[in-house]
Amino acid sequence: MSGLLSEALLANIGKQAPPRTEVVTRRDIRKYAVATGQRDPKFLAGDVAPPLYHVALFWDVVPMAELTPDGVSIDKLLPKFPLERAMAGGLKIDYHRDIVPGDVLVARRTLTDIYEKQGRQGPLIFYEVIMEVSTEAGEPVLTEKTTRILR
Amino acid sequence: MARIDAIKPGDQLPSLVDTPDIVQSFLYNAALWNAHRIHFDLPYATEAEGYPGLVVAGPLMGDWLTQCVLAWLGDDGRLASIEYSNRQAAYIGETLTTSGKVVAVDRDAGTATLEVAVSNEAGDVITPGSAVVRFHETGGGKS
Repeated sequence: MSGLLSEALLANIGKQAPPRTEVVTRRDIRKYAVATGQRDPKFLAGDVAPPLYHVALFWDVVPMAELTPDGVSIDKLLPKFPLERAMAGGLKIDYHRDIVPGDVLVARRTLTDIYEKQGRQGPLIFYEVIMEVSTEAGEPVLTEKTTRILR
Repeated sequence: MARIDAIKPGDQLPSLVDTPDIVQSFLYNAALWNAHRIHFDLPYATEAEGYPGLVVAGPLMGDWLTQCVLAWLGDDGRLASIEYSNRQAAYIGETLTTSGKVVAVDRDAGTATLEVAVSNEAGDVITPGSAVVRFHETGGGKS
């Protein structure tokens, strides 16, 4: 039924990345808080992390040789799509608990959907990745759903 | 009176104004460890990619949406969820305004739904979004 999405490509739905564990430090929170221009002193002091701090905490760190010529790290969770130009992206985050210095957090990412829509100027591919962040003990911290559009 | 009792749809959140410069852009992308050249390499951004300037990182604008919500909410509640999409790029040196308004209040659940957005100087909404906040229960319980 789909023009661009082969069965083999759609078989990637449900694929999971290896879990990643990161340690939250006050210094790391302070760097993020300063860089984002936070107004609240508790963020600037690093007592608690701003709501989007996990974006920095779980940004991939790869060897320079693995960056593309434009400086981007390739997300190994994603298959090669027949469309490659990225359009707008969206994010939805549900929060369960604050992030504070000393937390050891685990991120589990799953490619949860791939689908196609007809845009005004041709076909578009959408994909969704859900990242579940929890403590090492399994307490939920947040759930982030990313939607990306390719044209 | 509990904070939520005074809130009604249509209430405006105080706006925030940010003018990201190249130092902030550097610090932000360094905090992420994001080496995407459109954020710091002006010849690359303009000549190779055809942008009019250095591109402001998308999740930085998402962060401003959360700041707008939290500045309004104060200590009266928590951010329960936020969603946004980066519809249009912003460039370093632009003055960007983050604003919001209350669209729904659920007093039984103790929540309010907010519409939020980052707009550029031309007035284009470049990062629309929405958020749900949950107010702390106050001593007397819910009525």
